[in-house]
Amino acid sequence: MDLATFWFIVLGVLWTGYLVLEGFDFGVGMLLPVLGGKRYASDAADAEKRRRVLLNTIGPVWDGNEVWVLTAGGATFAAFPHWYATLFSGFYLPLLLILVALIVRNLGFEYRHKRPEARWKARWDLAIFWGSLVPALLWGVALTNIVRGVPIDANKEFTGNLFTLLNPAGLLGGLVFVTLFLTHGAIFVALKTDGKIRHEARQVAERVGVVAAVLAVALLLWLGLTDGKLASWVTTVVAAVALLGALAANRAGREGWAFIGTAVTIAMAVATYFLVLFPNVMPSSTNPDWNLTIANASSTDYTLKVMTIVALIFTPIVLMYQGWTYWVFRKRLTVKHIPEDAPRETVSR
Amino acid sequence: MDATDLARWQFAITTVYHFLFVPITIGMSLIVAVFHTAWVRTHNPQWMRLAKFFGKLFLINFALGLVTGIVQEFQFGMNWSDYSRFVGDIFGAPLAIEALLAFFLESTFLGLWIFGWGRLPEKLHATTMWLVHIGTVLSAYFILAANSFMQHPVGYTYNAASGRAELTDFFAVLTNKVQLVTFPHVIFAAYMAGAGVVMGVSLWLMRREAKAAADDAQDVARTDAPMYRTATRIGAVLTLVAAVGVTITGDVQGKIMTEVQPMKMAAAEALYESVPAGEGAPFSVLTVGSLDGSHANAIIEIPGLLSFLATGNFQGAVRGINDLKAEYAKTYGASGNPRVADVATAFVPNIPTTYWTFRLMIGLGIATALIAIAVLWLTRKGRTPTAKWLAYAAVAAPLLPVFANSFGWIFTEVGRQPWLVFGLMTTANGVSPSVSMGEVITSMVVFTLLYGALAVVEIKLFLHYVRKGAEPFEEPQDPADRDEDAPLVFAY
Repeated sequence: MDLATFWFIVLGVLWTGYLVLEGFDFGVGMLLPVLGGKRYASDAADAEKRRRVLLNTIGPVWDGNEVWVLTAGGATFAAFPHWYATLFSGFYLPLLLILVALIVRNLGFEYRHKRPEARWKARWDLAIFWGSLVPALLWGVALTNIVRGVPIDANKEFTGNLFTLLNPAGLLGGLVFVTLFLTHGAIFVALKTDGKIRHEARQVAERVGVVAAVLAVALLLWLGLTDGKLASWVTTVVAAVALLGALAANRAGREGWAFIGTAVTIAMAVATYFLVLFPNVMPSSTNPDWNLTIANASSTDYTLKVMTIVALIFTPIVLMYQGWTYWVFRKRLTVKHIPEDAPRETVSR
Repeated sequence: MDATDLARWQFAITTVYHFLFVPITIGMSLIVAVFHTAWVRTHNPQWMRLAKFFGKLFLINFALGLVTGIVQEFQFGMNWSDYSRFVGDIFGAPLAIEALLAFFLESTFLGLWIFGWGRLPEKLHATTMWLVHIGTVLSAYFILAANSFMQHPVGYTYNAASGRAELTDFFAVLTNKVQLVTFPHVIFAAYMAGAGVVMGVSLWLMRREAKAAADDAQDVARTDAPMYRTATRIGAVLTLVAAVGVTITGDVQGKIMTEVQPMKMAAAEALYESVPAGEGAPFSVLTVGSLDGSHANAIIEIPGLLSFLATGNFQGAVRGINDLKAEYAKTYGASGNPRVADVATAFVPNIPTTYWTFRLMIGLGIATALIAIAVLWLTRKGRTPTAKWLAYAAVAAPLLPVFANSFGWIFTEVGRQPWLVFGLMTTANGVSPSVSMGEVITSMVVFTLLYGALAVVEIKLFLHYVRKGAEPFEEPQDPADRDEDAPLVFAY
């Protein structure tokens, strides 16, 4: 295997890391008005407490989760400059929307608790909700379009526009991401909380999970039937089995297994995408001769060698301390753990 | 205004805005780590209170630096795709390594620091902020290595077959001589900004507390004024130490710049005609006139200083814009390099911008140092002064060094023009061909409005927390003894 192919796999791993980790915090963000809304909360004060429980399940980790996509972006730039250039200039407006969404969402996490006014909190709640929904949807649209192929000319330039991307397959991809992350997030909440909210999160996971399963299987079948290979069929089957297993485990109250199940589902979905994509990185729907491939989009062997050495040394270290963070904050949260005199001011006390 | 201008404006707006928060983050993470460590070592309550108070301000600032940083990772590809194709083999690596080494470190350990109260053993908890600080410094190293390549490309070869610059020596990129002096210069400048915030905020609160005590005829020593006085002095000392560092590294940087980018040095002074050795080129502090070489009149001039800045010798020769322009036209204009087309400005940057930003950078830096000296003098031997002008000094202390940082960057980036990568590619040749004017205008408007609104929110929040001052001290509980069901010490 040459180094460029190795880096194609590394990118698959980085996207897996990103979507598995940020996937659940996107899910929690989208569930804020559901699990912290009128349907489950007894009154406004209860809703506020529940929202804070939800936000605190991801509080210490969402930022680290997000770095995975920055690393994926940087690694694409370093290992496949043409891929980076074509993709980021081509998918200009969706990326702009994703950036705006991530900006307001992250500030929502950081600023929401900094003032006591209900209006202030409500505004940041909106920012967190939309800031989670929009990137989840658009990453799904974007990645599905990459795999299915987009118009690219002989100079490796994207020739479509925003609406080129909003095709049925792309939109289905977006919906799969949203529903899958909702399920993943709900199971994460069930895993990280206790009491009423834990059981309600499992209910939500059960309902959304069925929708996610139907949509995901439809999408993966679509991809498989048009561009499938043996390996991608294997990962498709594993993804489907893992999702069904996750829903069964969720039903049985085994949240740990359920979470592993949705994580495996997302990982296998990414694997399916990358296997279908291989050996292209961004196929051209205009003319297959103009496909961006692992070979024609990559950096030189020297650059890839440098990057490989750095990645082999530091990735295990990153995984270790990031894993350790999850261990430090492993305890389940309940409304009891939320300091009474809301809003406790940030770092103090 | 064409697509290149728009892309440049967008990059300028998003990057200058991002870099308002970055130096504060680098500087304040160090100071918060120091305060936290001082608490762990002495268990004097004031250190815990200061660590938490400035930690809070640090986080309000950090949040905006973080979110505007995400844009940076994407916009090379979005607006500068031809640039990305041309140098991706070299420029991408430090960016990816920055994310892997620095961003993960910063974000993960900051999460641990924020939520670590009452959960992490105290020594480990203080260590997390040091790791955040190390992350910010590492981040600076790699992104500056990437930038230094644009100022002075090294460790690469041009591959005509692939039509791009390709990496041949990564170590050379990391130890680029421009990088080795730019990195400490930027870090010291960042320490000035972080220290400026701590000095200014503490000074303002010290004056407020001391004044209130005086008005109520109370003993100042029993208020928080002494605590803020300590913090003010720590900020002032760090400001001065960093100012010395900035000056020394800036001096070396000037000489290296003269060597590798002589046009930038000429542009810093708006020096049109070369000054031969022995005559000593003066440095003008202030000038009236158009700076186009026709009728500018320096009001204040320091003889020989430009020669000294450029060469280390008050009599040294300094080359002027006109000579360099002719030389660049010969070397690059006729080189046949397709990425040097459309040099409308004939290899000369925008002179008024370089001239004034260079002076503003230096001037605001000096003003910051003077405030620090004045503050140290007035607070000597336990004094807690309350003079009215100190309130203005307190407001200026954070703003001046932050803007000095901005002007320094505007100078160095505008001074590189019309080059994107010096000698290899002009800026006009780096923009994305597939991105329409409409798309760039859309994103520019969106970012400008969003950033403007966020600036208002951020400043209001920051001032709100400054006014509240440090929270009263509460004895921390040992994480090992805490009741499992007790409310979290810190929660969103």
